[in-house]
Amino acid sequence: MTDRKNTPTPPETDDAPRAFGFETRAIHAGARPDATTGARSTPIYQTTSFVFDDVDHAASLFNLQTFGYIYSRLTNPTVSVLEERIANLEDGRGAVAVASGHAAQFIAFYTLLEPGDSFIASRNLYGGSLTQFGITFKRLGWTCHFVDPTDPENFARAMTPDCKAIFVEALANPGGVVVDLEAIAEIARAHDIPLIVDNTLATPYLCRPFDWGADIVIHSMTKFIGGHGNSMGGAVVESGRFDWGRAGKFPSLTAPDPAYHGLTFAETFGDFGFTMKARAVALRDFGPTLSPMNAFLILQGVETLPLRMERHAANALAVARWLEAHPKVAWVSYAGLDSSPYRELAKKYLPRGAGAVFTFGVEGGFEAGVRLVEACELFSHLANIGDTRSLILHPASTTHRQLTDEQRVAAGAGDDVIRLSVGLETVGDLIADLDAALARA
Amino acid sequence: MNDEERARRVMSHEHYPDALLHGILSRCRTIAMVGASANWNRPSYFAMKYLQAKGYRVIPVNPGKAGGEILGERVHARLSEIPDPFDLVDIFRNSEAAGGIVDEAIALAAEKGIKVVWMQLGVRNDAAAARAEAAGLVVVMNRCPKIEYGRLSGELSWGGINTGIISAKRPRPIRA
Repeated sequence: MTDRKNTPTPPETDDAPRAFGFETRAIHAGARPDATTGARSTPIYQTTSFVFDDVDHAASLFNLQTFGYIYSRLTNPTVSVLEERIANLEDGRGAVAVASGHAAQFIAFYTLLEPGDSFIASRNLYGGSLTQFGITFKRLGWTCHFVDPTDPENFARAMTPDCKAIFVEALANPGGVVVDLEAIAEIARAHDIPLIVDNTLATPYLCRPFDWGADIVIHSMTKFIGGHGNSMGGAVVESGRFDWGRAGKFPSLTAPDPAYHGLTFAETFGDFGFTMKARAVALRDFGPTLSPMNAFLILQGVETLPLRMERHAANALAVARWLEAHPKVAWVSYAGLDSSPYRELAKKYLPRGAGAVFTFGVEGGFEAGVRLVEACELFSHLANIGDTRSLILHPASTTHRQLTDEQRVAAGAGDDVIRLSVGLETVGDLIADLDAALARA
Repeated sequence: MNDEERARRVMSHEHYPDALLHGILSRCRTIAMVGASANWNRPSYFAMKYLQAKGYRVIPVNPGKAGGEILGERVHARLSEIPDPFDLVDIFRNSEAAGGIVDEAIALAAEKGIKVVWMQLGVRNDAAAARAEAAGLVVVMNRCPKIEYGRLSGELSWGGINTGIISAKRPRPIRA
């Protein structure tokens, strides 16, 4: 256990607030009945703007001296409920919801980095993140160094003075790799930089990054959080425990901000300074706002997150076990299987299940992979994951197509790799569909 | 014994039950803010302006600015120089300096009607708190009244901040 892990836990006292369970919080956090109408379900505030009481009230709002709604690019009451819900489920201090997981990553890095800064990322990431970090961010003056995350020391070896963050996926996409969060958090801590964890594939129900020393959590809420494949959304969650001033590495948070009349965010807003800066500057000035309608749909999904994740993980394990015994399957990379090299890490970091996205190798390489995907009747052939519906994909010919051969293999997306996102259908039907498709692969 | 009384009896200063803070913020009317700044982008200025907008009278105390004005209120050099009564002392000073302010508040409690000593986020002085509690004052430490007001009223949720509040009741108005 690290110091940081212990810091926020005060001694047990008689007056400690009642701790509600995850399931209760998944339904109630952030969503008291509407103060004016008493509406019990969260209303959809489909409005761009909110009236000011007078000019002084308007000035106070714009200066962030008072809390209140101005314009839905920055804040909207429906979106706020979702933000607080996610912050609560991660046991974080605050959250900013944005239009997609990619927008969440951009907002988080914009809030931390100066031009010329760098960060270190796991090479086992969603293919879109590899491109965003490795190529598109470069044009903003940010350099990403990718390392093999399976040896945490690789992060220490790649450390440079201009490095401002470490980024990993707790449970990596396209699948099977679990990183040693606690060890990597120690390295980040030793260098006074935050550990950013993309918790999309595990969700806060399966994995608790802040308990292991992470400082910022990223979500693509498009996936399991929303869970029904109907709405894009992203979130950046702050633990509230990182001391931005300690090593003087984050002037964006600790120096007066010219984009906000000389306001110093970390000092003014304390343990939610990062969240305020991400919203008041990055979201304000780049504008990847989450719509109230999408926030509402994602909130509907979150209410059943614990139930869904239990079943997703149970179905995934059953499908993985069946595949492992199939003669046309060369290997299965699912951290819930005893054969997985990541089984022990999964027991530690994913005690309730190793998620529902994983990969396997089909005998016959690239062509067999394409045939298998096209032969499925029930599994949908598409690029999303974390849907109630089961999804199948051949990364080499789709999501990871823009990468070099070397990058593809490094990211776990070689020619024979098939990625599944196991849904909530009857598990026997899923196995029957794969059985029939493998016969034609 | 109601919730608030029960809360006071087991006070550890690690947690403050919502009922206790709600009670304090509902009963207090006038706040003496020690360490109030005239600079618009300082945290104390933010807190003063917010609390004024919520209907509290906030009297600034700052020896360096005594005789001047902040947000329409005359600045006093010390608590004892405030001519009017006040119920809460909000301390924007470091933890060590807070000790002397607390002793001043204890000495003036009966004369001014002080009921609560409140130390800001990051400010905690357990010895001073024990002296104030022995003198019958309620003490809150390492919290900001602006943030707590916003949290309990539901306003803070605007910023995606985790208020920790789980309830199927509408937010109770603070100054009912």
